[in-house]
Amino acid sequence: MGLFIARRLGVMILTALCLTFVIFSLTNLYPNLEKLAKTQGNVRMTDEQVATWIERNGFGEPVLLRYGQWLGIAPGWTYTDEDGTVRGRCINRDNTSETAPRFCGVLQGDWGHSTVFRDDVSSITATRLALTGKLMFWVMVLMVPSALLIGVLAGMKEGSRLDRSLSTFSIASTATPEYVSGVIFITLLASSAGWKIFKGTATSAADNATFENFFLPVLTIALYGMGYIARMTRASMTEVMTAQYIRTARLKGVSFRNIVLKHALRNALIAPFTVIMLQFPWLLNGVVIVETLFNYKGFGWTLVQAAGNNDIELLLACSVVAVFVVLVTQLISDIGYVFLNPRIRIA
Amino acid sequence: MEQLTWTGNLSFLNPIFLGLWTLLGVAVMAQIVTSFFGTEVDVAGDELVVRKTPNAMADKVVVWTFFASLAVSFAYLVGGILMPGIEAKGIIGTICTRLLPVWIALAAVFALSVAFKRRLGLYGKLFDSKIGMIGFAIVMFWVFTAVFGAMDLVVTHDPLSQLSGMKNKVPGTPLPDGGDTYPYYLLGGDNLARDVFSRVVKGSWEVIKVAPFATLFAFMVGITLGLPAAYFGGKLDTFLTFLANLILAFPVILLFYLLVTPEIVLTGIPVYMAAVLFIFPIVFTVILINSRFYVQPGKRNLYLAITLVFGLWLYSGIAWNADPLGIIEFPPNLLVVFVSVVFVNSPTVFRIVRGLALDIKTRDYVAAGQTRGEGAWYIMLWEILPNARGPLIVDFCLRIGYTTILLGTLGFFGLGLSPESPDWGSTINDGRKLLSIYPHAALVPALSLMSLVLGLNLLADGLREESLRD
Repeated sequence: MGLFIARRLGVMILTALCLTFVIFSLTNLYPNLEKLAKTQGNVRMTDEQVATWIERNGFGEPVLLRYGQWLGIAPGWTYTDEDGTVRGRCINRDNTSETAPRFCGVLQGDWGHSTVFRDDVSSITATRLALTGKLMFWVMVLMVPSALLIGVLAGMKEGSRLDRSLSTFSIASTATPEYVSGVIFITLLASSAGWKIFKGTATSAADNATFENFFLPVLTIALYGMGYIARMTRASMTEVMTAQYIRTARLKGVSFRNIVLKHALRNALIAPFTVIMLQFPWLLNGVVIVETLFNYKGFGWTLVQAAGNNDIELLLACSVVAVFVVLVTQLISDIGYVFLNPRIRIA
Repeated sequence: MEQLTWTGNLSFLNPIFLGLWTLLGVAVMAQIVTSFFGTEVDVAGDELVVRKTPNAMADKVVVWTFFASLAVSFAYLVGGILMPGIEAKGIIGTICTRLLPVWIALAAVFALSVAFKRRLGLYGKLFDSKIGMIGFAIVMFWVFTAVFGAMDLVVTHDPLSQLSGMKNKVPGTPLPDGGDTYPYYLLGGDNLARDVFSRVVKGSWEVIKVAPFATLFAFMVGITLGLPAAYFGGKLDTFLTFLANLILAFPVILLFYLLVTPEIVLTGIPVYMAAVLFIFPIVFTVILINSRFYVQPGKRNLYLAITLVFGLWLYSGIAWNADPLGIIEFPPNLLVVFVSVVFVNSPTVFRIVRGLALDIKTRDYVAAGQTRGEGAWYIMLWEILPNARGPLIVDFCLRIGYTTILLGTLGFFGLGLSPESPDWGSTINDGRKLLSIYPHAALVPALSLMSLVLGLNLLADGLREESLRD
């Protein structure tokens, strides 16, 4: 088990390094830097001015070296202006050119400076992540119990009418992406054309989340993931219900309710655990869409702003978080599966 | 001219229709609730008799109300087409009339398929499954709408033209001056005063022409890499699996934001990616033919020559936009959308193919083939692949739906396609700003996208059911 986790961690770190490097090089392509130069400096810069701006702001060095700087394993760049002032990656309000540390990267805890929000990347990411965490918490509270309930109800008697209706519902919910269900919900429940019981935006939910302004975004994300988890639970439940020990229990005369609740349920919930964990990357997708649609200024909204304005360091921080979420949930699902399933654990 | 009503002279059907649907909803709920109480058995004489339970009655009510509401919907359709004059038809009737070529094509396809269903293999078996038939009908409806829409048969207006005074108008609004164009905006106008109905129809073509091909390309890539990874194993497998996991760990939205921007198009990266990804279909076909006709060199050389000439011609046109004959051209912004969708989909296909091939590799007929001295590629493509076709076909349908969702996501974030493009994602994005006041501009494409993806999922479900049956 220890070796397994160590190997998985090693692969995970390698993957994270590869992914961040790919993102780093894509955001640092010359046309992207040119756009950044023009938004930071002047829209009508000539090509020469753009080239000097790029050189003066430390974007001129080779990509691999600058990736090292961002990571904190290569010394930060410095540039001496014509008038003798020294500027550099590690030089900011707190540090002058003399006191600045040589290395300042992610490993040193310095995530850089956002060019869009004019603030430290680490503080922006932290506040935005907290807001998205609130959203995700309620999504999980709504999605997981209802998905498991639907799956178990549908799977306990395969082929019954109840199974058919619930399976059709699951298919319909997986066929409705967030931007479609969001539009439908707003039209039906938050517009002058339908009932106006909810709010169509969730901006105010950042400070004060109420049922009125927060339920629709939560429902929209939860609905898309719900169908998939429910279908997996159903598949696992139907498999368990055909097992020998369930038949034995039936022949013993155990009531159907007790068979489902005491014999089948525990074994049927092993597979959905993995699925729920692997759903996180998809939820991330949903979070970006829903936060944009409902104008909720969380992590997904920040990612869109960073990507749209080529805010390199903020975008990198966002992608590190996203990649981290994906890889950690994969790891947890693998370990959890081994842990929950005695057949694999003992073998 | 006055505002069109939704159902025109057929409005007497509305209360019946609503009543039936309410009854159906109530009956379905009753059915679910009563199903928790099991069937009860009585002993009558020396026989066991199942007593009539509320559940059985609820079942009957559901079936009858379902067919009755279908019949009323059909009455709307036929009545709408037969009714003379646009005012009498109403909005629904007029739309049904505009879609007349689609209905005829659908009816023809269904009549032919049902008549010959025993000779059509898996496709014919689809018509034994209710779910599969419904799914197939929805998918074909959109395919025909897209094709006829592209031929300018269904649309009423130009999807890009803006008519003054029609901004954000509700469905069924007449045009201010008669003119020689169609006198109504059937599903209203959007925030730039364009016809919503025509844009949705044109938008379906944008989806239908990209999604299946992108999925097909992703499958070619996934199969060409997944089969050898499973068959040879070892270092190749480790490397390819790592690569696939790497791409899968990318959050899709981030990848789109990084790849589908005008700046990236400038650097030419999409073209290089297309050059790599689009070579796979040619490689796949060449290996397929070569391994099949290896012992008949004459035939093989002929087929290979045809494939290579035709394939490389398409390749130069699509990937490099350098068709020597100048017939094929691929707009760069469509190419980048296409490439990124293929790129996102192929690792998943790779994993599925690899898993299936790992399983089939251990079968006896593969060992028999190896003993006969068949080549590795022959075994992979002509022994393993045909036996993995069932799950792959099912996944293909599901994946087209997923690709449609991805294309919509791209449009929703305003990436890739031109801002004027009538594709559904962009239209939803345009309409969402005024959603709480004028919902129709975003609602119509949203419902269209949902129904197409739902149709594909139902089709996949039906196919899965039928392919498991034998």
